[in-house]
Amino acid sequence: MSGAVEVLDYECVDTEQVPAPLRDAALEGASTGPAMLAYFAAGVLLGVLFVQSEVASWFRIQEMFRFQSWHMYGIIGSAVVVAALSLWVIRRWNVRTLHGEPIELTPKEWGTGRVRGARYWLGGSVFGLGWALIGACPGPMFALVGSGLGVMAAGLLAAMAGTWTYGLVQRFLPH
Amino acid sequence: MRTLLSGPWPWYVAGPLIGLIVPLLLVVGGKLFGISSNLRHLCAAVPLPDAAKPAFLRYNWRRNGAWNLVFALGIVVGGWLASATLGVPDVGAHISEATRADLGALGITSLSGYAPADLFSWSSLSSPVGLVIVVVGGFLVGFGARWAGGCTSGHAISGLASLQVPSLVAVIGFFAGGLLVTHVLYPVLLPRLLGGGS
Repeated sequence: MSGAVEVLDYECVDTEQVPAPLRDAALEGASTGPAMLAYFAAGVLLGVLFVQSEVASWFRIQEMFRFQSWHMYGIIGSAVVVAALSLWVIRRWNVRTLHGEPIELTPKEWGTGRVRGARYWLGGSVFGLGWALIGACPGPMFALVGSGLGVMAAGLLAAMAGTWTYGLVQRFLPH
Repeated sequence: MRTLLSGPWPWYVAGPLIGLIVPLLLVVGGKLFGISSNLRHLCAAVPLPDAAKPAFLRYNWRRNGAWNLVFALGIVVGGWLASATLGVPDVGAHISEATRADLGALGITSLSGYAPADLFSWSSLSSPVGLVIVVVGGFLVGFGARWAGGCTSGHAISGLASLQVPSLVAVIGFFAGGLLVTHVLYPVLLPRLLGGGS
């Protein structure tokens, strides 16, 4: 059980996808003003895309879960394909970060539960319940607050409460 | 041009551009595209003494989370920029006729705009339906994303693109939960909550 918590401790925190000994250097090297500006710009682009492609709309999520349109599947599917091709290019030509570290993706851990992948089955399903209810995943929730759907700020607060509660009960849950 | 941009952007434009965020973040700082981590960083940033927080929230969020919080702030600003310059799309009018019919049958009356006003308004927040949709829905998103170790961005996009089987399991879970709400819970719940509310 303690093993599970250790694993979770570095999630969200050690996000640098570089060889482990270089993580601190990568974090420092990419915490500069220009790097932050790039993260901000990437976020702005994504926020515009979330609103204009309508993936942040509760209507589109309902349409997706009712299999009544290709729109959402096309967006997620083509995003995965383009991201996968980019990762292939990065591996094939050993593309490095701007700061110079080799890029090396950390594999997702299977976890320690008796049932293999319990956290992915169970946590994923809980997430799915919420996704269909509020009709937005975390990225679109941020975009919606910006676009003027103010009540989504309450949704974000509720999502924070969910994250906090998870932190309290984490060690009692299968992972 | 403006008319072209303010309509729904087609999937083959939006999807690939979203996909390019993955290599962009990796090349700039070796970062993995994943948005729900920000919910943890925001909790960790709540100014309460450490003793009042679970160990899960005691870490240096400024050092490790700053980049992602800046990224999320960009998303908020992007949402604002899109709506301020192009106007918020009338999604209710763009979705398929079948979806409109299904939602109408569930008692949703506002089939226009970006999200149904029956469910998303400050006044709906104090009604049972608003509480279920916004508060319970938001809570489950935050709880489930951390339990599963990621959300749509971290698992469905970053994870599937890097061929991670755990991420595929998580995405199957996302759909299991979503289909259950859409096809089992909503038909029972929405007509009652919406019919009785107004």
